[in-house]
Amino acid sequence: MSYSFQFGEILANGDLLLRGLKLTVLLFALAFSGALVCGLFIGLARGSARRLPNLIATAYIELFRNTPVLVQLIWFYYAMPALTGWQPTAFTAAALGLFLNTSAYCAEIWRAGLQSLPAGQWEAGRAIGMSEWQLLRRIVVPQAIARMVPAFTNRGVELAKMTSIASTITVQELMYEAKMLSTQTFLPLETFTVVAVIYFVLIYPGTLAAYALERRLNSKGA
Amino acid sequence: MQYVWDFRPVWLNFGVLLEGLVNTLKLSGFSIGLGLVIGLVLALGRLAPTRFLSIPATAIIEFYRNTPPLVHFFWYFYGLPILTGISLTPFAAAAAALSVQSGAFFAEVFRGGIVSVERGQWEAGRAIGMGHAQLMRRIILPQAFRRMIPPLMERSFELVKTTSLAATLTYGELVYKAMVLATQTYRPMEIYSTIAVMFFTVLFLASLGMRAVEHRLARRAAR
Amino acid sequence: MADATPVLAVEGLRKSFGPNEVLKGIDLKVGAGERIAILGSSGSGKSTFLRCINFMETPSAGRIVLDGAPIGTQGRGGVLAAKSAELRRLRTRVGMIFQQFNLFPHMTVLENVMEGPVTVKGLKREEARAKAQDYLKRVGLAEKADQYPQRLSGGQQQRVAIARALAMEPEILLFDEPTSSLDPELVGEVLDVILGLSQEGRTMLLVTHELGFAYHFATRVLFLHEGRIHEQGTPDEVLKNPGQERTQAFLRRFSAFHF
Repeated sequence: MSYSFQFGEILANGDLLLRGLKLTVLLFALAFSGALVCGLFIGLARGSARRLPNLIATAYIELFRNTPVLVQLIWFYYAMPALTGWQPTAFTAAALGLFLNTSAYCAEIWRAGLQSLPAGQWEAGRAIGMSEWQLLRRIVVPQAIARMVPAFTNRGVELAKMTSIASTITVQELMYEAKMLSTQTFLPLETFTVVAVIYFVLIYPGTLAAYALERRLNSKGA
Repeated sequence: MQYVWDFRPVWLNFGVLLEGLVNTLKLSGFSIGLGLVIGLVLALGRLAPTRFLSIPATAIIEFYRNTPPLVHFFWYFYGLPILTGISLTPFAAAAAALSVQSGAFFAEVFRGGIVSVERGQWEAGRAIGMGHAQLMRRIILPQAFRRMIPPLMERSFELVKTTSLAATLTYGELVYKAMVLATQTYRPMEIYSTIAVMFFTVLFLASLGMRAVEHRLARRAAR
Repeated sequence: MADATPVLAVEGLRKSFGPNEVLKGIDLKVGAGERIAILGSSGSGKSTFLRCINFMETPSAGRIVLDGAPIGTQGRGGVLAAKSAELRRLRTRVGMIFQQFNLFPHMTVLENVMEGPVTVKGLKREEARAKAQDYLKRVGLAEKADQYPQRLSGGQQQRVAIARALAMEPEILLFDEPTSSLDPELVGEVLDVILGLSQEGRTMLLVTHELGFAYHFATRVLFLHEGRIHEQGTPDEVLKNPGQERTQAFLRRFSAFHF
């Protein structure tokens, strides 16, 4: 059983994959940057003592964490238009789904990070008359962020992997182009091997960074 | 615009959706079982004293943890038959991809648990003349097992969600059944919302169960 | 003290945590320049009392009146409710020093002191810097301005915390057991700074276990017991000739205390 690999033909179509890769990166950047910010507000609501914001945030987080992201993307692309009359493009639906999904996970990271700060820091800020927003911006977030970076990096790794699911709702990102290429060239083995390696090369540095950050954090004893 | 809900297509075809859910759980159960075996092998490989085992095991773990599962689904379904001459059914390809990928994650849980057992335990075992394998089996794994349970369960929930990708290989799990129904009945809103609720119910109940288990473990450990 | 409008008036102050009523009705008028030492055994409610004054804890009932103007309004069930903007104004006028210092670890000593004036009061950085350096000099730590708090001793950290409170130029200073988490050899430097402030005629309230210091520091001493003011008077009256049995028992436990 000797199969002769034909990677040459795949590499010759590198521009196709590169085009897909650009969309993958864009999808990732939009969803991740949005989720980091949005996660803070959901996390604040989740940690709030007030009943209603807490309830809404909890429901949101549990809903998005306990359903497959594929179902979420399908829902935004195929189901939501029936309800709202607004048909997003595949890219918009994917970006929206990934953004909301990652926000739910980021919210939990924010909540844990904010709670890890000693109560005295909040009190000291309040005692000099800071508003809640000033407290967050000047005192709480700058201190909590270092502790949360490894967790956010891990989340980024998960999101990067998730972007591939956008191909199932016809977003022409890397995975989608790979499927096209594999049927055009009749070389699925080579195509998916190359694409797996591309993803690995993109994502693994993130994982390594998370390891390193975690080690540094542990050695600092923070 | 006022949307008129119509859940009749859902009720009329609920049997189909249930069948899909059963297939989802079948695929999950099978892949969790096989994944645990693969994970244990990979973890022991990574921790093995010889590099001939630890390097390949580490490579497999890191590769599968840092690539999208969807790529592996396609690789096993479309690519592997070319290499081996044996074509896999959608179920087999999905189960293979899921087992190896979650095996890589399980392996890290196992390794974390094993490493967390304090040095003194290893030394005590060696001091009474135990070999590496004996030490693992008799001393380390029994102690590590308890603290592995919560992360193993969490990883298993992730796997259940990932089984939905088997729809792309036309395996008849819940999402695939829903897609077929949605095109037949033109009721995507009701159908996709229903399966979201079904997934949520299964996973949320499971995670409540997990919290109860964790609580019990913590109580037992405190005693 | 009695005739002019008090700088601070506390009327019928109550505070409960769940079913547990910690403060059971406290009335107090503080005149300008008064220095009040608050004593009491642990659980007497003395820290809670201090923390209610600047709304670190929201009072369950009663009134806090600053310069004749009450803070907040009586809400449901008599609980005080204040808008956050009003609370912020209150806190710029009433400074607080904590037992645990609570310096901001991600800022240098100088930045800690500048933070309030710049962020809250909107001062220009240059102006705030000059002022902060001034206050650091006042607590004897000018040369530590560019250090991070973790590098300082507990006593030094607490002096920075005092400078941070002073930089807001508050009308009243609240000290919540400022030396309780310090090693004994570091207590003196903090107390010296506080005594120095009392020479400036500032209005101060201090919760402490240091009876000797309270004697020298205070113009009036309060003894709290079970959420009420059990006895009050000049340091000589309360600390040397207490009228109440509880106060005597409390003082006896500090046998090693000299004035």
